[in-house]
Amino acid sequence: MTLLLSLALHFTLACVGIGMLFCTVRLLLGPSAQDRVLALDTLWMCTMLLCLLLGIRHGSMVYFEVALLIALIGFVSTIALAKFLMRGEIIE
Amino acid sequence: MKRLLPSPLLSLVLLATWLLLNQSLDAAHLLLGSLLAIVAPLLSRPLQPDGHARIHRPLALLKLLGKASVEVIRSCFNVTRIILFARAEGLNSQFIRIPLHLQSPHGLAVLAGIINMTPGTVWVEILPDSHELVLHVFDLHDARWWIDTIKGQYEQPLMEIFEGKSP
Amino acid sequence: MNNWDNLPLWASLPATLLLILGGCIALTGCLGLMRLPHFYQRIHGPAITITLGTACILMASMILFSALETRPVVHELLITLFVLMTAPMVSMLIMRAAVHRELRQPPPNPPREESAWNAYGSPRVCKRNGGPPPGS
Repeated sequence: MTLLLSLALHFTLACVGIGMLFCTVRLLLGPSAQDRVLALDTLWMCTMLLCLLLGIRHGSMVYFEVALLIALIGFVSTIALAKFLMRGEIIE
Repeated sequence: MKRLLPSPLLSLVLLATWLLLNQSLDAAHLLLGSLLAIVAPLLSRPLQPDGHARIHRPLALLKLLGKASVEVIRSCFNVTRIILFARAEGLNSQFIRIPLHLQSPHGLAVLAGIINMTPGTVWVEILPDSHELVLHVFDLHDARWWIDTIKGQYEQPLMEIFEGKSP
Repeated sequence: MNNWDNLPLWASLPATLLLILGGCIALTGCLGLMRLPHFYQRIHGPAITITLGTACILMASMILFSALETRPVVHELLITLFVLMTAPMVSMLIMRAAVHRELRQPPPNPPREESAWNAYGSPRVCKRNGGPPPGS
Protein backbone atom coordinates (compact mmCIF):
# COMPACT_ATOMS: atom_id res chain seq x y z
CA MET A 1 0.00 0.00 0.00
CA THR A 2 2.85 2.37 0.79
CA LEU A 3 4.32 1.72 -2.65
CA LEU A 4 0.96 2.46 -4.25
CA LEU A 5 0.61 5.68 -2.30
CA SER A 6 4.08 6.81 -3.28
CA LEU A 7 3.36 5.96 -6.92
CA ALA A 8 0.11 7.96 -6.77
CA LEU A 9 1.97 10.89 -5.21
CA HIS A 10 4.56 10.92 -7.97
CA PHE A 11 1.84 10.58 -10.60
CA THR A 12 0.04 13.61 -9.16
CA LEU A 13 3.30 15.57 -9.02
CA ALA A 14 3.86 14.77 -12.67
CA CYS A 15 0.29 15.76 -13.55
CA VAL A 16 0.61 19.14 -11.85
CA GLY A 17 4.02 19.65 -13.47
CA ILE A 18 2.65 18.94 -16.95
CA GLY A 19 -0.30 21.21 -16.18
CA MET A 20 2.15 24.00 -15.33
CA LEU A 21 3.86 23.37 -18.64
CA PHE A 22 0.51 23.81 -20.43
CA CYS A 23 -0.05 27.06 -18.57
CA THR A 24 3.39 28.26 -19.61
CA VAL A 25 2.56 27.51 -23.24
CA ARG A 26 -0.59 29.63 -22.95
CA LEU A 27 1.38 32.33 -21.15
CA LEU A 28 3.88 32.51 -24.00
CA LEU A 29 1.35 32.17 -26.84
CA GLY A 30 -1.05 34.81 -25.58
CA PRO A 31 -2.66 36.02 -27.87
CA SER A 32 -4.29 38.73 -25.72
CA ALA A 33 -3.27 40.22 -22.40
CA GLN A 34 -6.19 38.68 -20.51
CA ASP A 35 -5.09 35.22 -21.69
CA ARG A 36 -1.70 35.83 -20.14
CA VAL A 37 -3.21 37.01 -16.86
CA LEU A 38 -5.44 33.94 -16.72
CA ALA A 39 -2.48 31.66 -17.44
CA LEU A 40 -0.45 33.38 -14.74
CA ASP A 41 -3.27 32.91 -12.22
CA THR A 42 -3.55 29.22 -13.06
CA LEU A 43 0.21 28.96 -12.72
CA TRP A 44 -0.02 30.39 -9.19
CA MET A 45 -2.70 27.87 -8.30
CA CYS A 46 -0.66 24.99 -9.71
CA THR A 47 2.36 26.18 -7.74
CA MET A 48 0.26 26.09 -4.60
CA LEU A 49 -0.81 22.53 -5.38
CA LEU A 50 2.82 21.59 -6.06
CA CYS A 51 3.83 22.96 -2.65
CA LEU A 52 1.11 20.95 -0.92
CA LEU A 53 2.21 17.79 -2.73
CA LEU A 54 5.86 18.37 -1.86
CA GLY A 55 4.75 18.83 1.74
CA ILE A 56 3.09 15.41 1.67
CA ARG A 57 6.15 13.94 -0.07
CA HIS A 58 8.55 15.18 2.59
CA GLY A 59 6.11 14.85 5.48
CA SER A 60 6.74 18.43 6.55
CA MET A 61 4.23 21.04 7.65
CA VAL A 62 6.41 23.96 6.61
CA TYR A 63 5.26 23.58 3.02
CA PHE A 64 1.72 24.32 4.13
CA GLU A 65 2.66 27.85 5.12
CA VAL A 66 4.47 28.29 1.82
CA ALA A 67 1.33 27.18 -0.01
CA LEU A 68 -0.83 29.62 1.94
CA LEU A 69 1.56 32.48 1.17
CA ILE A 70 1.65 31.56 -2.52
CA ALA A 71 -2.15 31.57 -2.65
CA LEU A 72 -2.19 34.99 -0.96
CA ILE A 73 0.42 36.64 -3.17
CA GLY A 74 -1.11 35.06 -6.28
CA PHE A 75 -4.52 36.48 -5.43
CA VAL A 76 -3.21 39.99 -4.87
CA SER A 77 -1.09 40.04 -8.00
CA THR A 78 -3.85 38.69 -10.23
CA ILE A 79 -6.37 41.19 -8.88
CA ALA A 80 -3.89 44.01 -9.53
CA LEU A 81 -3.23 42.82 -13.09
CA ALA A 82 -6.93 42.37 -13.88
CA LYS A 83 -7.76 45.78 -12.46
CA PHE A 84 -5.00 47.30 -14.54
CA LEU A 85 -6.37 45.65 -17.69
CA MET A 86 -9.85 46.91 -16.91
CA ARG A 87 -9.11 50.52 -15.99
CA GLY A 88 -5.53 51.23 -17.03
CA GLU A 89 -4.74 52.05 -13.40
CA ILE A 90 -4.80 50.12 -10.17
CA ILE A 91 -5.59 52.69 -7.50
CA GLU A 92 -7.83 55.52 -8.61
CA MET B 1 -22.56 44.03 23.74
CA LYS B 2 -24.17 45.01 20.48
CA ARG B 3 -21.65 47.80 19.98
CA LEU B 4 -18.71 45.60 20.83
CA LEU B 5 -19.79 42.65 18.70
CA PRO B 6 -21.69 43.97 15.69
CA SER B 7 -21.49 40.61 13.93
CA PRO B 8 -20.93 37.63 16.25
CA LEU B 9 -20.70 35.14 13.39
CA LEU B 10 -17.88 37.07 11.71
CA SER B 11 -15.98 37.28 15.01
CA LEU B 12 -16.41 33.55 15.55
CA VAL B 13 -15.03 32.77 12.09
CA LEU B 14 -12.06 35.08 12.69
CA LEU B 15 -11.29 33.38 16.01
CA ALA B 16 -11.52 29.94 14.38
CA THR B 17 -9.19 31.09 11.59
CA TRP B 18 -6.65 32.38 14.09
CA LEU B 19 -6.70 29.10 16.03
CA LEU B 20 -6.35 27.10 12.81
CA LEU B 21 -3.42 29.23 11.72
CA ASN B 22 -1.63 28.61 15.01
CA GLN B 23 -2.82 25.01 15.33
CA SER B 24 -3.31 25.23 19.07
CA LEU B 25 -5.98 25.75 21.70
CA ASP B 26 -3.70 27.43 24.25
CA ALA B 27 -5.16 30.09 26.50
CA ALA B 28 -2.74 32.64 25.06
CA HIS B 29 -3.88 32.00 21.50
CA LEU B 30 -7.52 31.99 22.58
CA LEU B 31 -7.05 35.37 24.27
CA LEU B 32 -5.15 36.96 21.38
CA GLY B 33 -7.60 35.46 18.87
CA SER B 34 -10.61 36.81 20.76
CA LEU B 35 -9.03 40.25 20.92
CA LEU B 36 -8.42 40.11 17.17
CA ALA B 37 -11.94 38.87 16.52
CA ILE B 38 -13.39 41.82 18.41
CA VAL B 39 -11.07 44.53 17.10
CA ALA B 40 -10.84 43.52 13.43
CA PRO B 41 -14.58 43.88 12.59
CA LEU B 42 -14.70 47.23 14.42
CA LEU B 43 -11.69 48.55 12.52
CA SER B 44 -12.88 47.27 9.15
CA ARG B 45 -16.39 48.62 9.70
CA PRO B 46 -15.77 51.90 7.78
CA LEU B 47 -14.59 49.88 4.79
CA GLN B 48 -18.05 48.35 4.36
CA PRO B 49 -20.53 51.04 3.39
CA ASP B 50 -23.43 48.57 3.50
CA GLY B 51 -22.73 47.38 7.02
CA HIS B 52 -22.39 43.81 8.18
CA ALA B 53 -24.68 41.20 6.68
CA ARG B 54 -27.85 40.26 8.54
CA ILE B 55 -28.50 36.57 8.11
CA HIS B 56 -32.16 35.86 8.80
CA ARG B 57 -32.07 32.10 8.30
CA PRO B 58 -28.69 30.46 8.95
CA LEU B 59 -30.11 26.98 8.32
CA ALA B 60 -31.36 27.95 4.89
CA LEU B 61 -27.89 29.33 4.12
CA LEU B 62 -26.27 26.02 5.07
CA LYS B 63 -28.78 24.15 2.93
CA LEU B 64 -28.09 26.47 0.01
CA LEU B 65 -24.32 26.00 0.34
CA GLY B 66 -24.76 22.22 0.47
CA LYS B 67 -26.88 22.26 -2.67
CA ALA B 68 -24.36 24.55 -4.35
CA SER B 69 -21.42 22.26 -3.56
CA VAL B 70 -23.24 19.28 -5.07
CA GLU B 71 -23.84 21.42 -8.15
CA VAL B 72 -20.14 22.43 -8.24
CA ILE B 73 -18.99 18.81 -8.22
CA ARG B 74 -21.55 17.80 -10.85
CA SER B 75 -20.61 20.57 -13.26
CA CYS B 76 -16.93 19.92 -12.60
CA PHE B 77 -17.31 16.49 -14.13
CA ASN B 78 -19.39 17.94 -16.98
CA VAL B 79 -16.69 20.47 -17.84
CA THR B 80 -13.99 17.78 -17.56
CA ARG B 81 -15.92 15.63 -20.02
CA ILE B 82 -16.33 18.51 -22.44
CA ILE B 83 -12.65 19.48 -22.33
CA LEU B 84 -11.43 15.94 -22.78
CA PHE B 85 -13.88 14.53 -25.29
CA ALA B 86 -15.98 17.21 -27.01
CA ARG B 87 -14.91 18.96 -30.18
CA ALA B 88 -14.27 22.62 -29.46
CA GLU B 89 -16.14 23.75 -32.59
CA GLY B 90 -19.36 22.12 -31.40
CA LEU B 91 -19.40 24.13 -28.17
CA ASN B 92 -22.05 26.76 -27.78
CA SER B 93 -20.45 29.30 -25.44
CA GLN B 94 -22.76 32.25 -24.99
CA PHE B 95 -23.47 35.28 -22.87
CA ILE B 96 -26.98 35.28 -21.42
CA ARG B 97 -28.89 37.95 -19.52
CA ILE B 98 -30.88 37.11 -16.42
CA PRO B 99 -33.25 39.63 -14.82
CA LEU B 100 -32.69 39.67 -11.05
CA HIS B 101 -34.88 40.84 -8.17
CA LEU B 102 -32.32 40.31 -5.43
CA GLN B 103 -31.21 43.73 -4.13
CA SER B 104 -29.14 43.06 -1.01
CA PRO B 105 -25.42 43.54 -1.78
CA HIS B 106 -24.41 40.66 0.48
CA GLY B 107 -26.89 38.36 -1.22
CA LEU B 108 -25.52 39.39 -4.60
CA ALA B 109 -21.99 38.73 -3.36
CA VAL B 110 -22.92 35.21 -2.25
CA LEU B 111 -24.69 34.62 -5.57
CA ALA B 112 -21.58 35.79 -7.47
CA GLY B 113 -19.42 33.50 -5.37
CA ILE B 114 -21.61 30.46 -5.99
CA ILE B 115 -21.91 31.12 -9.72
CA ASN B 116 -18.19 31.68 -10.19
CA MET B 117 -17.23 28.65 -8.11
CA THR B 118 -19.40 26.50 -10.37
CA PRO B 119 -17.23 25.55 -13.34
CA GLY B 120 -18.90 26.39 -16.63
CA THR B 121 -20.47 29.67 -15.57
CA VAL B 122 -18.79 33.03 -15.02
CA TRP B 123 -20.54 36.12 -13.74
CA VAL B 124 -19.68 39.20 -15.79
CA GLU B 125 -21.59 42.09 -14.26
CA ILE B 126 -24.98 43.48 -13.33
CA LEU B 127 -26.22 46.05 -15.81
CA PRO B 128 -26.91 49.14 -13.72
CA ASP B 129 -30.00 50.41 -15.55
CA SER B 130 -32.00 47.20 -15.93
CA HIS B 131 -30.63 45.21 -12.97
CA GLU B 132 -29.94 42.31 -15.30
CA LEU B 133 -27.14 39.86 -14.68
CA VAL B 134 -24.82 39.10 -17.60
CA LEU B 135 -23.55 35.55 -17.36
CA HIS B 136 -21.22 33.55 -19.57
CA VAL B 137 -22.09 29.88 -19.99
CA PHE B 138 -19.52 27.38 -21.26
CA ASP B 139 -21.89 25.03 -23.07
CA LEU B 140 -25.35 26.48 -23.47
CA HIS B 141 -28.21 24.17 -24.39
CA ASP B 142 -31.23 26.01 -23.14
CA ALA B 143 -31.14 29.59 -21.87
CA ARG B 144 -34.58 29.22 -20.25
CA TRP B 145 -33.31 26.36 -18.07
CA TRP B 146 -30.42 28.47 -16.80
CA ILE B 147 -32.67 31.40 -15.98
CA ASP B 148 -35.13 29.17 -14.11
CA THR B 149 -32.35 27.35 -12.22
CA ILE B 150 -30.57 30.49 -11.07
CA LYS B 151 -33.76 32.30 -10.14
CA GLY B 152 -35.42 29.34 -8.43
CA GLN B 153 -32.52 27.50 -6.88
CA TYR B 154 -30.27 30.37 -5.81
CA GLU B 155 -32.02 33.73 -5.96
CA GLN B 156 -35.17 32.75 -4.08
CA PRO B 157 -33.35 31.26 -1.04
CA LEU B 158 -30.90 34.18 -1.01
CA MET B 159 -33.77 36.66 -0.87
CA GLU B 160 -35.19 34.75 2.08
CA ILE B 161 -31.82 34.60 3.82
CA PHE B 162 -30.57 38.15 3.38
CA GLU B 163 -33.77 40.15 2.93
CA GLY B 164 -36.04 38.15 5.20
CA LYS B 165 -38.75 37.80 2.55
CA SER B 166 -40.74 34.60 2.60
CA PRO B 167 -41.65 33.11 -0.79
CA MET C 1 8.63 9.31 2.82
CA ASN C 2 9.23 9.18 6.56
CA ASN C 3 7.51 6.43 8.58
CA TRP C 4 4.94 5.81 5.91
CA ASP C 5 5.14 2.09 6.61
CA ASN C 6 2.88 2.27 9.64
CA LEU C 7 0.15 4.19 7.83
CA PRO C 8 -3.20 2.48 8.40
CA LEU C 9 -5.16 1.33 5.39
CA TRP C 10 -8.11 3.65 6.11
CA ALA C 11 -5.80 6.59 5.48
CA SER C 12 -3.69 5.43 2.59
CA LEU C 13 -6.46 4.04 0.40
CA PRO C 14 -8.68 7.16 0.19
CA ALA C 15 -5.58 9.38 0.03
CA THR C 16 -4.30 7.42 -2.99
CA LEU C 17 -7.62 7.72 -4.78
CA LEU C 18 -7.99 11.42 -3.97
CA LEU C 19 -4.43 12.16 -5.13
CA ILE C 20 -4.94 10.41 -8.47
CA LEU C 21 -8.32 12.09 -9.03
CA GLY C 22 -6.96 15.51 -8.04
CA GLY C 23 -3.95 15.17 -10.33
CA CYS C 24 -6.08 14.14 -13.31
CA ILE C 25 -8.51 17.01 -12.76
CA ALA C 26 -5.75 19.58 -12.31
CA LEU C 27 -4.17 18.38 -15.55
CA THR C 28 -7.52 18.53 -17.38
CA GLY C 29 -8.07 22.12 -16.28
CA CYS C 30 -4.68 23.21 -17.59
CA LEU C 31 -5.29 21.25 -20.80
CA GLY C 32 -8.53 23.19 -21.24
CA LEU C 33 -6.63 26.44 -20.74
CA MET C 34 -4.20 25.43 -23.47
CA ARG C 35 -6.42 23.93 -26.12
CA LEU C 36 -9.79 25.73 -26.14
CA PRO C 37 -10.02 28.24 -29.00
CA HIS C 38 -11.49 31.44 -27.48
CA PHE C 39 -10.69 33.37 -24.34
CA TYR C 40 -14.28 33.17 -23.07
CA GLN C 41 -14.07 29.38 -23.27
CA ARG C 42 -10.58 29.19 -21.83
CA ILE C 43 -11.64 30.94 -18.63
CA HIS C 44 -13.77 27.89 -17.71
CA GLY C 45 -10.81 25.50 -17.86
CA PRO C 46 -8.86 26.54 -14.75
CA ALA C 47 -12.10 26.69 -12.73
CA ILE C 48 -12.07 22.91 -12.35
CA THR C 49 -8.41 22.92 -11.32
CA ILE C 50 -9.20 25.45 -8.64
CA THR C 51 -12.35 23.83 -7.27
CA LEU C 52 -12.17 20.06 -7.47
CA GLY C 53 -8.43 19.62 -8.05
CA THR C 54 -7.49 21.72 -5.05
CA ALA C 55 -10.24 20.18 -2.92
CA CYS C 56 -9.06 16.62 -3.66
CA ILE C 57 -5.40 17.34 -2.92
CA LEU C 58 -6.22 19.27 0.25
CA MET C 59 -8.38 16.42 1.48
CA ALA C 60 -5.65 13.88 0.76
CA SER C 61 -3.17 16.07 2.63
CA MET C 62 -5.54 16.34 5.59
CA ILE C 63 -6.08 12.58 5.77
CA LEU C 64 -2.39 11.74 5.44
CA PHE C 65 -1.16 14.25 8.01
CA SER C 66 -3.89 13.25 10.45
CA ALA C 67 -2.76 9.63 10.17
CA LEU C 68 0.94 10.50 10.41
CA GLU C 69 0.57 12.73 13.46
CA THR C 70 -2.20 10.59 15.02
CA ARG C 71 -4.19 13.73 15.76
CA PRO C 72 -6.68 15.59 13.58
CA VAL C 73 -4.77 18.03 11.37
CA VAL C 74 -7.28 20.42 9.85
CA HIS C 75 -5.29 23.56 9.07
CA GLU C 76 -5.70 22.81 5.34
CA LEU C 77 -9.20 24.17 5.87
CA LEU C 78 -7.56 27.60 5.89
CA ILE C 79 -6.47 27.22 2.28
CA THR C 80 -9.93 25.91 1.41
CA LEU C 81 -11.54 28.96 3.00
CA PHE C 82 -9.11 31.31 1.30
CA VAL C 83 -9.49 29.77 -2.15
CA LEU C 84 -13.26 29.66 -1.72
CA MET C 85 -13.32 33.40 -1.09
CA THR C 86 -10.75 34.55 -3.63
CA ALA C 87 -11.20 32.31 -6.68
CA PRO C 88 -14.66 33.69 -7.64
CA MET C 89 -13.37 37.25 -7.34
CA VAL C 90 -10.37 36.53 -9.55
CA SER C 91 -12.38 34.90 -12.32
CA MET C 92 -15.01 37.64 -12.22
CA LEU C 93 -12.42 40.41 -12.46
CA ILE C 94 -10.54 38.76 -15.33
CA MET C 95 -13.80 38.19 -17.18
CA ARG C 96 -14.86 41.79 -16.66
CA ALA C 97 -11.49 43.06 -17.81
CA ALA C 98 -11.79 40.97 -20.97
CA VAL C 99 -15.36 42.08 -21.69
CA HIS C 100 -14.56 45.75 -21.12
CA ARG C 101 -11.51 45.53 -23.32
CA GLU C 102 -13.58 43.97 -26.08
CA LEU C 103 -16.35 46.54 -25.76
CA ARG C 104 -13.81 49.34 -26.13
CA GLN C 105 -13.13 48.03 -29.65
CA PRO C 106 -15.73 48.36 -32.41
CA PRO C 107 -18.07 45.34 -32.76
CA PRO C 108 -16.77 42.54 -35.01
CA ASN C 109 -17.96 42.63 -38.59
CA PRO C 110 -19.35 40.09 -39.58
CA PRO C 111 -20.80 39.38 -36.09
CA ARG C 112 -19.11 36.52 -34.28
CA GLU C 113 -20.96 34.05 -32.13
CA GLU C 114 -18.66 34.26 -29.11
CA SER C 115 -18.42 38.04 -29.02
CA ALA C 116 -19.49 39.91 -25.88
CA TRP C 117 -21.32 42.35 -28.14
CA ASN C 118 -24.16 39.84 -28.44
CA ALA C 119 -25.10 40.31 -24.80
CA TYR C 120 -24.68 44.05 -24.67
CA GLY C 121 -26.13 45.16 -27.99
CA SER C 122 -25.35 48.34 -29.81
CA PRO C 123 -27.22 51.08 -27.84
CA ARG C 124 -24.56 51.02 -25.18
CA VAL C 125 -21.72 51.85 -27.58
CA CYS C 126 -21.50 55.60 -27.14
CA LYS C 127 -22.00 55.38 -23.39
CA ARG C 128 -19.20 52.88 -23.01
CA ASN C 129 -16.72 54.67 -25.22
CA GLY C 130 -17.41 58.00 -23.57
CA GLY C 131 -17.57 57.68 -19.83
CA PRO C 132 -15.87 55.37 -17.37
CA PRO C 133 -16.79 51.67 -17.54
CA PRO C 134 -20.07 50.89 -15.79
CA GLY C 135 -20.61 48.58 -12.89
CA SER C 136 -18.10 50.27 -10.66
